[in-house]
Amino acid sequence: MNGSAPIQPGMLSGLWATARRDLLLAWKRPGDVLNPLFFFAMVCTLFPLAVGPSAEQLEFSGPGVLWVAALLATLLSLNSLFLGDFEDGSLDQLLVSAQPLPVLALGKTLAHWLTSGLPLVLVSPILAITYRMPWSVVPVMMLTLLLGTISLSLLGSIGAALTVGLHRGTALLSLLILPLAMPVLLLGANTVSLAAGNDIYTTGIWALGAYAVASLSLAPYATAAALRISNE
Amino acid sequence: MWKFFHQLASPPHFYRLAAIFSPWFLVPGIALIAYGVYAGLFLAPMDYQQGDAFRIIYVHVPSAYLSLMAYMIMAISGGIGLIWRMKLAHAVAAAAAPIGATFTFLALATGSIWGRPMWGTWWEWGDPRLTSELILLFLYFGYMALRGAIDDTAKADKASAVLALVGVVNVVIVHFSVEWWSSLHQGQTLMKEGGPAMDPGMLYPLLAMIFGFTLLFGSLLLRRVRTEVLFRERRTRWVREMIMSPEGQ
Repeated sequence: MNGSAPIQPGMLSGLWATARRDLLLAWKRPGDVLNPLFFFAMVCTLFPLAVGPSAEQLEFSGPGVLWVAALLATLLSLNSLFLGDFEDGSLDQLLVSAQPLPVLALGKTLAHWLTSGLPLVLVSPILAITYRMPWSVVPVMMLTLLLGTISLSLLGSIGAALTVGLHRGTALLSLLILPLAMPVLLLGANTVSLAAGNDIYTTGIWALGAYAVASLSLAPYATAAALRISNE
Repeated sequence: MWKFFHQLASPPHFYRLAAIFSPWFLVPGIALIAYGVYAGLFLAPMDYQQGDAFRIIYVHVPSAYLSLMAYMIMAISGGIGLIWRMKLAHAVAAAAAPIGATFTFLALATGSIWGRPMWGTWWEWGDPRLTSELILLFLYFGYMALRGAIDDTAKADKASAVLALVGVVNVVIVHFSVEWWSSLHQGQTLMKEGGPAMDPGMLYPLLAMIFGFTLLFGSLLLRRVRTEVLFRERRTRWVREMIMSPEGQ
């Protein structure tokens, strides 16, 4: 009114606002958060039913099964990362916003990780115990899952941004993301196996951490570029 | 010099030039491959450990190298297309993908055939290079699937370019995996310090095959880019004029 320029909110407030909005939406629709968790638990249940309940076998394959299940559960929830916003038009608002798009994309990815990755990490000990994982290994597994799901959410956000608005989205998203996610799976599952075998496992933790940091610093830009391309 | 590059980027000009260059790649390529196949299969001495089975490297090594090279070409031209908005670069990326996927498949198939007598198994999950090459094949599939799923060509070009650039990380992992994980796979022999650890009688056919495959790849790429350009420019005047002209080229 008095001719002065409107005050621009800072970058962090943009990040926080997008994250908070998505968290609020998740709170109002808890099914979206719970379904991938149930999926995670069910995949872990399928395995002993398929290969038999022998103790050594479960102990041996536990880390791998938990990791594959976590990867698939993350993929399941990724499809909806930008879909709702795309359908109701709020994605266009993000695109025309004065805030830098990579920061907003990071906000959405953060909310995605808090509602899908973090619950997986928290639930994983219960399932790990059914696989007879020793107590000393459980924290290692949780740490690998923590670092790994951060990478997966970030990598996945690129794929979700590339496929948003495509009709054949879900299968395509898996096809795009799985090859990129394989190094994470390999590191994560093998680190837990090493820890279970009383071997030195810290290398894997560092590598997973490096992967998470690298994707944290690079993926938002790719996601932002992909969002712009998909919404031209 | 710069004028040449600018002209090269224009589709009609490239279309004409590619037709001229393609045979220049194809003929020496076929000649080198013919020499390499003959020398590799009949002249090269037997390996003291592997016997005749080693001869599959004359197909395996060039394919494996081209599978990576095609991916780099795809990603770099995708990047050029994204940054400088050059239409021709996207056409190159689109044309390189199926060729690269074919060479990846060839490298996997020959590696697997070699593995049967040498390792006693068709497939060895413990080997990082096999696994990485398989992931590379999946990356190609994802790239082509993304292209296929988007109807708008301009959008498909850009989206797939982003994917190819993200996937470059994976290609780097493929290359360095030899050092990262200890493996069953042979260490590097060709690019070792102190020269290749190989008998010259085995080496020269291999080099001929590598250059021959590269030239063949170049010629195939030019041909595919040509058809890609023609398809993309099908509504433009120069294509119509060329088709209507009495020469009917």
